[in-house]
Amino acid sequence: MTMDLQSCVTIEKEWDIVKARQLGREVAQKAGFGTVDQARIATAISELARNIYLYTDGGKLCFEIIDNVEQKGISMLSVDNGPGIEDISQVMEDGYSTSGGLGAGLPGVKRLVDQFDIQSEKGKGTEIRAVKWVR
Amino acid sequence: MDNKFKEIVLENSDTIVQKWLDEIDAAKNGNYSVSISDELFESTNREFVNIIFSSIKDQGETKNLKEFAEKLINLGWQVSYITDGLQVFRRVTIDFILSQSDQIDTKYISELLQSVDGWVEPVIRQFVNEYSGNWENIVSLQRVALQELSAPLIPVIDNITVMPLIGTIDTERAKLIMEELLEGVIKHNSEVVLIDITGVPVVDTMVAHHIIQAAEAVRLIGATCILVGIRPEIAQTIVNLGIDLGKFPTKSSLRKGFIKALEITGRRIVDSGKKDDAMEELIDSLGGE
Repeated sequence: MTMDLQSCVTIEKEWDIVKARQLGREVAQKAGFGTVDQARIATAISELARNIYLYTDGGKLCFEIIDNVEQKGISMLSVDNGPGIEDISQVMEDGYSTSGGLGAGLPGVKRLVDQFDIQSEKGKGTEIRAVKWVR
Repeated sequence: MDNKFKEIVLENSDTIVQKWLDEIDAAKNGNYSVSISDELFESTNREFVNIIFSSIKDQGETKNLKEFAEKLINLGWQVSYITDGLQVFRRVTIDFILSQSDQIDTKYISELLQSVDGWVEPVIRQFVNEYSGNWENIVSLQRVALQELSAPLIPVIDNITVMPLIGTIDTERAKLIMEELLEGVIKHNSEVVLIDITGVPVVDTMVAHHIIQAAEAVRLIGATCILVGIRPEIAQTIVNLGIDLGKFPTKSSLRKGFIKALEITGRRIVDSGKKDDAMEELIDSLGGE
């Protein structure tokens, strides 16, 4: 399995979300995704980045192209040092939100991508890895 | 001591200027000004060095300096031209004064450095302030321009208003959209507002949430909101995200939305047939010749 160099965006301000989205879209384009999947990836990145912006003091989003023998795709890694998520099953429920939003963010991201792993430790932070494959 | 140094510099200004010009000229090739003509570069250098000298002579003379900075900004020269130039001036001057002095000790050198710094620093500060003031000015002007563009409301015909949105929507802009929308609906007495999101690159839950809220608020003041310009890929992501936009009508294009808006306001587009007649007449007249 060969991997390209990781490219990361630090999320601190609201406009960093746009930066992350643009970079992610660029990587997705390079990986060979079509426009619909590019929109899906950009939206997923937007959600992940906004979660970092809204709920933590800062974190980062990293993208890389995964290119192995069977398939090609993009990996999106979201890492933060925020408060962590106490009940993961709760945030993965549609309609659950602590900020008055739609509560469709994380479950939405899960539906937008092919693989979705979330790990969180209270007081330490959250790490989310989402992968989408080129079809 | 400072005055003595000043005297040396002013008396030998021709030599120092020549040395300075030579150094700047040598730096030109490896540096910024590739596209600048030799004459312009030379005349600007002369002007620059005159300003440095007049600033040393009159201490804090600002008018010429301001004008010169404005000229450079308009020409698009980098601020590094100024900072490099003054750095070279500092070096050349110190070298020259040292070469003219008979007895040199550490006290002498330290006083010399202090004097020269005292001449050069105000000039650097003023130039940098001019430049950054100019940048700040541009940024704030652009911010105002962007804000004016960010939530335009167009009354198309009686009771129907369109808000075309282009570009990223952040929290601040979402607020502005809501305000403009509600104000506009009352001001133009609109029954239907079309929000066109053709130019919005990504519709995530935050954007969707703001649009839903805006539509709901429009409904509360008695008008209908139609969301138009939903591109196929946006439609798919909205469905994937699980966002419910079922509370208000949506259309793929502004055209379809407008027809729907006419319907809601009890009107429709009728072909008057006049255009065809005119066309036939035209064809007839052409055939006659």
